[in-house]
Amino acid sequence: MSDAARPLLDLTPRPDPAFFVRTTPQGASRLDLVVQDMHCAGCLRKVERGLNEIAGVEYARANLSTKRVSVRWNPALATASDIVAKVNASGFNAVPFDQKLLGAMDEGEGRDLLRALGVAGFAAANVMLLSVSVWSGLVTDMEPETRAFFYWISALIALPAIAYAGRPFFRSAWKALSHGQMNMDVPISLAVILASAMSLIQTIVNAEHVYFDASVTLLFFLLIGRYLDVQAREKACSAAQNLLGLRAAAAYLIEEDGSQRAIAVEALMPGMKLAVAAGTRLPADGEIVSGQSDIDTSLVTGESLPEIVGPGHHVFAGTMNLSSPLVMRVTARDDETLLAEIVRLMESAEQGRAGYVRIADRAARLYAPAVHICAAATLAFWLIMGAGLTTSLTYMIAVLIVTCPCALGLAVPVVQVVATGRLLRRGVLVKAADGLERLAQIDTIIFDKTGTLTFGKPSLANAADILPADMALAAALAAHSRHPLAQSLAHHASTPLDLTDIREESGMGLEALLHGETIRLGNRHFVGAEAGADHSGSEIWLRRGTSTPVCFRFTDHLRDDAAEVIAALKSRGLEVELLSGDREPAVREAAAALGITNWRAEARPDAKIARLQTLKAEGRKVAMVGDGLNDAPALRAAHVSLSPASATDISQNAADFIFQGAGLASLVEALNVSRQARRLVFENFALALLYNAVAVPLAVAGFVTPLIAAIAMSTSSITVTLNSLRLNLASRKMV
Amino acid sequence: MDGLIILLPIALFLGLLGLGAFLWSLRSGQYDDMQGAAERILYDDDEPDA
Repeated sequence: MSDAARPLLDLTPRPDPAFFVRTTPQGASRLDLVVQDMHCAGCLRKVERGLNEIAGVEYARANLSTKRVSVRWNPALATASDIVAKVNASGFNAVPFDQKLLGAMDEGEGRDLLRALGVAGFAAANVMLLSVSVWSGLVTDMEPETRAFFYWISALIALPAIAYAGRPFFRSAWKALSHGQMNMDVPISLAVILASAMSLIQTIVNAEHVYFDASVTLLFFLLIGRYLDVQAREKACSAAQNLLGLRAAAAYLIEEDGSQRAIAVEALMPGMKLAVAAGTRLPADGEIVSGQSDIDTSLVTGESLPEIVGPGHHVFAGTMNLSSPLVMRVTARDDETLLAEIVRLMESAEQGRAGYVRIADRAARLYAPAVHICAAATLAFWLIMGAGLTTSLTYMIAVLIVTCPCALGLAVPVVQVVATGRLLRRGVLVKAADGLERLAQIDTIIFDKTGTLTFGKPSLANAADILPADMALAAALAAHSRHPLAQSLAHHASTPLDLTDIREESGMGLEALLHGETIRLGNRHFVGAEAGADHSGSEIWLRRGTSTPVCFRFTDHLRDDAAEVIAALKSRGLEVELLSGDREPAVREAAAALGITNWRAEARPDAKIARLQTLKAEGRKVAMVGDGLNDAPALRAAHVSLSPASATDISQNAADFIFQGAGLASLVEALNVSRQARRLVFENFALALLYNAVAVPLAVAGFVTPLIAAIAMSTSSITVTLNSLRLNLASRKMV
Repeated sequence: MDGLIILLPIALFLGLLGLGAFLWSLRSGQYDDMQGAAERILYDDDEPDA
């Protein structure tokens, strides 16, 4: 590549890091960076050492799990740009992380649960220690006074621990009850509170049996399941946030005096003049004031060819400025842009999904009342039989503990953790907690074309017909442009050529001199070629002096495994549809290559939603796979949705799954895992019900003490957990 | 039986010590990056900068 190309590449804009700096109460500056390519101890050390070398840096800590680096420094001695530059200089790619993104998620939830788990674990171990002594004391020579002493100590440990560690369950049960609903936490809370209260009374009257151990251990096991669930969710969330953070950007405002400064996108007002560098997204809807460039509108329209714009053209936020710097005037506020309109469309589309009830909650709706009726009936039965209040209460608690939906409570989260973990290893992030359940139900799958079934980037189609000398010349010249077709052509460069006087004419092409001969590379008019047959892709022409122009045709290549994946999805009983915003010839060609008979072209975002609603009215469960901003509303409206990691941030936000890598094979894997997970969940429910069918009659008849009930219950939980782990075994075999 | 008067408080105290240590480690953020902690042990800080 010649020297002339360098200044162009240096224009690569980055969001101004100073924008994301916060000030700590001590007056230090703080910045969080996402460093996606940090993978090992060596990377951690390189990043941290590098940062600590900067004068003024007080604290630098990299987190390998979230791939973020937190830096605190003295603002008088260093700037945010120094910090970012230093990380980039050590060979990493640091992007400022927007803390506003964190607002959406409750970070402390995992920590709170872990703390409760620790407290429950401590109490369970110590109460168990005392209980075992009492049990052996019952058959040997323990005096009643010693036993009472042990019970009081148990009460002293267990009661505060239950009050603290049980809060997640109590809170959720209360929330459900106050809305007139039932969930799993209602019977759990009831069993724990009743068992503790009765044990306290038993202790006061100095009776022989108390059940502090049972209630504390119960909480301990339940908290494990809850913690695993939250962990999996936080992991998926933080990964998704990092992807979003990578796109954080600011606008560059041109002041009256001609100076430029960075400004938050939210602060933009109509009438402001903005500078838009080549290679950046337009921050707002507006009108071009000066400059000529190509705009990639694929985000908004799904169209794969760039549009040529000049002064007076109307442009939309979120589209990409490709070839040269532009000055634009803002015409709409941040919340009135086309982008915001799409977001609103998405929000209204979301109602379509609100009707979904998770499997566990559906089970709870049936299960919880049954448990309570059963327990109440036991109490009434034994009271009528004249068994005395204490005995009747004991039997009732045994029923509550035996029927405790522990196995039910574990059935779904454990399967989910295992399934999410398995998919994560295959490069699929599960963002929505109930996404797997919904994915298992689908019968129709709709694909977007550009960027989903295809790479979303043009590549040379007729390389075989072109002479090597023409190819080398065109590639060398193309390296000097940012236009997507030119950039794709530049990959074919072989030998460096001595090109001089290179200039680019926006929307037309490039011109240069090679040994005194004029070389032109650009569109048909620019090189003076005659009109030929129209084809589905796009083209560039090369003309050497006055010789015949050479045509380079481009198509947006399908992903390598797209046809296989479509076939695999069909063989799993799914109907496949193609719904694209692109022009008809391109869509028809792709559909034919993939064997998709049902396709639509030139579909706008609202048309996509309309199609989804038609299918939904027919009773179909539809999965949407898309990447563009124009797909985002449809992603929200579908029963379940998937996005490639190359998708726009809004689409990733809207999707339930994000898959990484160049292929689509992970879609089939996600479908397989979700179906397997669904089967396992039902197996788990069957196991839990089977166990109840045996244990409940025994408990109602009064053969089961709460302790035995607690042991039996743990056994059923362990069975369910082991069953869920089979999902992992299956994946090991496949690898 | 007198032994219990001494042993029980000791047992409870040790248990509480463990719980306290756990809560402290949790508060100081030692569970925030489980993956990083596993890798950091490979740091060899004695070695001068390469």
